[in-house]
Amino acid sequence: MVIDVTQMKPNESGTIIEIRGGLGLMRKLQSMGIRPGKKVVKVSSHFWRGPQTVEIDNRQIAVGFGMAKKIFIEVISGVEAV
Amino acid sequence: MKINKILLMGNPNVGKSVIFSRFTGAKVIISNYPGTTVEFTQGQIKIGEERPIVIDVPGTYTLEPTSKAEEVAVQVLKEGDLVINIVDATNLERNLYLTLQLLEKDKPVIVALNMWDDTKHRGINIDIKKLEKRLGVPVVPTCGLTGEGIKKLIDRLPEAKTPKLQISSDNQRWELIGKIVGEVQKLSHRHHTLLEGLEDVSIKPLTGLPLALAVIYSSFWVIRFIGENLIGYVFGPIFEKLWLPLMMRTSIVLGEGGFLHNIIIGNLIEGKIDFVQSFGLLTTGLFVSAAMVLPYIISFYLVLGLLEDFGYLPRLAVLVDNFMHHLGLHGYAIIPLILGLGCNVPGALCMRILEEKREKFIAATLMAIAVPCMAQIAMIIGLLGPRGGKYVAVVFFTLFLLLVTKGVILNKLLKGESPEILIEIPPYRSPQVKAVMKKLWMRVSGFLREALPLVLLGVLFANILHTLKIIDFLGNLFAPILTGLWGIPQEAIPALLVGFFRKDVAVGMLGPLNLTTKQLIISSTILAVYFPCIATFAVLIRELGIKDMLKMTLIMVTVALSLGSILNFIL
Repeated sequence: MVIDVTQMKPNESGTIIEIRGGLGLMRKLQSMGIRPGKKVVKVSSHFWRGPQTVEIDNRQIAVGFGMAKKIFIEVISGVEAV
Repeated sequence: MKINKILLMGNPNVGKSVIFSRFTGAKVIISNYPGTTVEFTQGQIKIGEERPIVIDVPGTYTLEPTSKAEEVAVQVLKEGDLVINIVDATNLERNLYLTLQLLEKDKPVIVALNMWDDTKHRGINIDIKKLEKRLGVPVVPTCGLTGEGIKKLIDRLPEAKTPKLQISSDNQRWELIGKIVGEVQKLSHRHHTLLEGLEDVSIKPLTGLPLALAVIYSSFWVIRFIGENLIGYVFGPIFEKLWLPLMMRTSIVLGEGGFLHNIIIGNLIEGKIDFVQSFGLLTTGLFVSAAMVLPYIISFYLVLGLLEDFGYLPRLAVLVDNFMHHLGLHGYAIIPLILGLGCNVPGALCMRILEEKREKFIAATLMAIAVPCMAQIAMIIGLLGPRGGKYVAVVFFTLFLLLVTKGVILNKLLKGESPEILIEIPPYRSPQVKAVMKKLWMRVSGFLREALPLVLLGVLFANILHTLKIIDFLGNLFAPILTGLWGIPQEAIPALLVGFFRKDVAVGMLGPLNLTTKQLIISSTILAVYFPCIATFAVLIRELGIKDMLKMTLIMVTVALSLGSILNFIL
C-alpha cells in the first residue's frame, strides 16, 4: 500500500518510494537523508496539520505537513506492536 | 604546499565548534542543536612552527546550495587550503554525502569521525581502516567533548589527500555511499535507552505538549529561585554589609554633596545612600548591574545552557510549530526568540537560522518589540516586584499579548507565507558539567565586559542630563505624549533617552521618580517596546538592511504610542 507520510500512523514503518516535488525540495530532503529506498518509521504527527516526525537511520527529522504530503511510502508491516 | 587556511566543514550539529575550540583554544558557544554557529569564527592553531588560520564554517548538508547559509559555505570552500570534514560517526550514511562532494573537489581533505564515543553504546561498529581505504583520505576517530583523538587529527593533517573523485550524479553518489556503509559499518541490536524513551515522549503531541509546559514552567521557577537567592544571600548582603559602609565613608570624604559627590555617590536620601535611588556611579550603577541584573543573568544562562546542551530546544520548536505559523513563522524561530530573552543581540544574530527575508523580518520585529532581555526583566522584577507579583505579571502578559497580536497582524499584512519546518532533531545528550560551566562563564563574563561599562556610562549620562537644562526642554516638548497619552510624569523623559542605550539603567531611573504602580507598569512596558537597545538595533541593521529597519522603527513608534495609551485607559 502506498501512502504519504502524513497518512502513516505512529510506529508504522515503510520504505520511501517517491518524492513528488521540485528539484529544490528533492535536494534538500535528500541531503538530510530523506530519499527513495530509505526505511522510515513514523514517530508522531502534530495536531492541526502540524509537523510530522519520522525516524530514518536512528535519527529523528521533523518535516512540515506540506512537505510530508509529497513523500510517498510503501508501508511494510502495518502498526508494530508497541 | 603551505597551509594557510584550514576549514572545518560538516553537517549541522556534528560538533565542529567543539573541535574548533579544542584546536584554537578560542571560546565559542557550543550547544546541541543545528545552527548554533551562524557566524564564521576564525582562530589560529599551532602546528610545529606554523600558525594557520582555522575557520569554523556553519554546518551544511550539501555543497549544492539549497539555502543562503549553504551558498556561503561553498564560497568559503574556494578560499581554504585544507578541509577537515567533521563526520557524525553515529549517522555515517547521511554525513558521507557531504564527504563525497568534498572529495570531488580540488582540495586536500581529512575526515574526523566525531562523536566516536557515542557509537559504542549505540551498537554501531565502524571499520576505520576500511573506511580510510574506501575514501582514500585519512580518517581519525575523535571525541570533541573529551578531546580524545584531537592530537592525532592534528598530527595527521599533512597526510590529507585530494582524491578528486569523478562522480556524475546524485544517484551515483548515493549508490557509492550505500556500498561504503555496507562494507564498513555493522549495527548490533540493542535496547532503547532511557534517554531515547524520553526522546519519544517529548516529541509526541499528547505527552510532549504537557511536558513542554512543565519544562517552561519549571525553567522559569528555577531561574527565579536561583536569581532571588543569589540576590538575597550573596549579592544583596555583599552590598549592604561591605559596600555600603565603604560608600558612606566615601560620601563623607567627598563632603556629602557637590558635583563629584553627585556623580560618584549620587543623592543622599534622608541622609543615607539608597542603592536604588541615589543614582551615583559606584552606588546605583554598580548595584543595578551586580546586585539586580547579574544574579538573573547567571540563573537564566545556567538554565538555558542546560536545555541547549541536553537537546531540548529543537523539540520545543517542533511542538510550537503550529502556533508559530499563526505569527508568520515556523517553529524554529522560537530559538532566536528564546536567546533574545537572555540578550537581544545574540537573538538578532541567530535570525540567520531562518531562511526567508519575510520570516526574518517578522521574527526580528517581534523580538525587538516584545521580547525584553534578562537585564530588563530583572529590573522590572526588582522595581515592580515589591509592589506585588501580579503587577509584574501584567507587564509580561501585556508583552506576550503584544507579541501574538503583532505576529498575527504582520502575517496578514506581509505578502507571502510562512515556510515549513524541516529540521533534524538531535539525540538527547546528558549535559557535561564542565561544558555547561564554561558556556555559562563565557556568557556571564561577556555580560560584565560589554554591559557593565555601558551601565556605568548610562548612569553618568543620566546624571549629566539632570544637571543640564535640555531635560526640561525635552520634557516640555514631549509632555503631551508622556502625560497626555501615557499618564506618566514628564520627569520620565531621561529614562526614555537612556533606554536607547541600556534598558536596565533606564528602568532603574524610574525608581527615584516616586511613580504610582500604574505609572510604573506603563513606563516599564513602554521602555520594553519603543526601541530595542542600540546594540541590538545595530546588529539588526547589518542583518536586515536599513529599509527593513526603517519599517520596523515605524512599527515601534506606533506600538509604543498606542500601547501606552491603551494601558493608561484600561488600568
